[in-house]
Amino acid sequence: MRESTIMKIHYGTAIAAVALVAVHVLMRLTQGFAESLEFENVLANYKFVPYAIMLELILVLLSIHGFNGLRVILLELKQGKTYEKAVSYGCLAAMIGLIAYGSRTIIVTNMGMV
Amino acid sequence: MTQDENKEGIGGMINPRRYGIERVAYWLMRLSGLGLLAYFIAHIYETSNILRGQVGWDELMEMTSTTEGHIILTLVIGMCVFHTVNGVRVMLGHGGVGVGKPSRPDYPYDPASQNYRHKIGIYSAIVLAAVAMMYGMAVMFGE
Amino acid sequence: MAQVSSIAEEQTSTPLSSSKSITLRISRYNPKHDDSSIFTEFSVPYEKWTTVLDVILEVKKHFDHSVAVRYSCRQASCGSCGMMINGKPKLACFTKITELNSNVITVEPMSNFPIIRDLAVKFERMFESHHKIKPYLIRDDSEIESDEKEFLQSPKEVEQYIQFANCIKCGLCNSACPTMATDSSFVGPQALAQAYRYVADSRDKGKDTRLKIIDESHGIWRCHFAGSCSQVCPKGVDPAMGIQLLRGYLLGFRS
Repeated sequence: MRESTIMKIHYGTAIAAVALVAVHVLMRLTQGFAESLEFENVLANYKFVPYAIMLELILVLLSIHGFNGLRVILLELKQGKTYEKAVSYGCLAAMIGLIAYGSRTIIVTNMGMV
Repeated sequence: MTQDENKEGIGGMINPRRYGIERVAYWLMRLSGLGLLAYFIAHIYETSNILRGQVGWDELMEMTSTTEGHIILTLVIGMCVFHTVNGVRVMLGHGGVGVGKPSRPDYPYDPASQNYRHKIGIYSAIVLAAVAMMYGMAVMFGE
Repeated sequence: MAQVSSIAEEQTSTPLSSSKSITLRISRYNPKHDDSSIFTEFSVPYEKWTTVLDVILEVKKHFDHSVAVRYSCRQASCGSCGMMINGKPKLACFTKITELNSNVITVEPMSNFPIIRDLAVKFERMFESHHKIKPYLIRDDSEIESDEKEFLQSPKEVEQYIQFANCIKCGLCNSACPTMATDSSFVGPQALAQAYRYVADSRDKGKDTRLKIIDESHGIWRCHFAGSCSQVCPKGVDPAMGIQLLRGYLLGFRS
């Protein structure tokens, strides 16, 4: 993938994530911080499908943005064909792993299997 | 870094002094980005405790609803706000917005791209992060 | 009988008779037989007009002839005398002792450039990066073949790129850049600013070629707008501005 495409995705995910994370944070504040973190309320959030979709989107967007940022930092620290390939594929693998792990939590909780 | 290349190395990359607030903003952006990534991974892991039901969730709350947990969350709030606001400034800068217009340079050759607009953006990011941290602390420690 | 010419006795220039003096610390390193650099110190008098280059040459003249330093024009035109002065890349001929506000002046070779000896560094990598971005007008016709006498430009068109054409290839920007501190493959602010110089030139038709060259993992995208390059540029080139304007083409902010 061309670097310009990767960076456009990096910027796009950032802008999209800002709006969604703001909603996620505001949910904690509008309900009362401690109260919003009680088990039943959190469970209700997960079971509410639009909120679950929003969480999934945040997970995907921030994973892409975060691990691409890490890839950029690591590529600048050391160079070499093998190292660069390892960093790129390693960050991609970590990204997919984190999305899979987080998605499991969202899907299982949303389906009521808790 | 070998002596042959005479690169400054990580020390040069992370040294925010000597070159003005823009270099400090670059350094804070890197720091906050790495901090937020670490928090994000930890957050995904800790919230998976909900799969263990009420017991698992209560254990998580016991661990995080402490003074240390709140302080960490306060830092995360600060990093998040700074990274976001400065990130918007950097994105606009990357598109050529607010970097000035090319013109014939004249002594003392002050760079137009290091202008008040971007400096205000950086200081705004720092101030907003501080305000958000204070608000966060008021919410968390106030309850 | 052959005439033996003796070495003419050196006529010393008017000696600096100032009561003020500074301590000049010069980094000494010869990669051929030294493991690491050391600093040698000299106490040198100065006047209010004395530059760092003046005191280094004073040291060469009266104290230690073996100090290796590159210089030429002494007027910030050639870009030869770039070095780290009190931790910041500057031109030695363009930096007055008085403006440093310090009794101790430390001079070291420019960072991110391999050292030849003492204060002289190699510029091959910077020139290679510069060459990579095709620093010349790209177009199918030329002023020799076309019907017009020369390719005309309005003053407004010249204004678009003239500041970037002021680059004297001193390398201070590359030395200050935080990405270049760790990334050996980064093209560098000098090459990127020159890429914009040609892209912005109305006579040039090679914009797409150059954008393709810099659109790589160690190209323009490794610039993070830290602005240190523009802070140190002695000629007002403002490479950071050029790089962001160039990136605007890749991001679709400009066409």
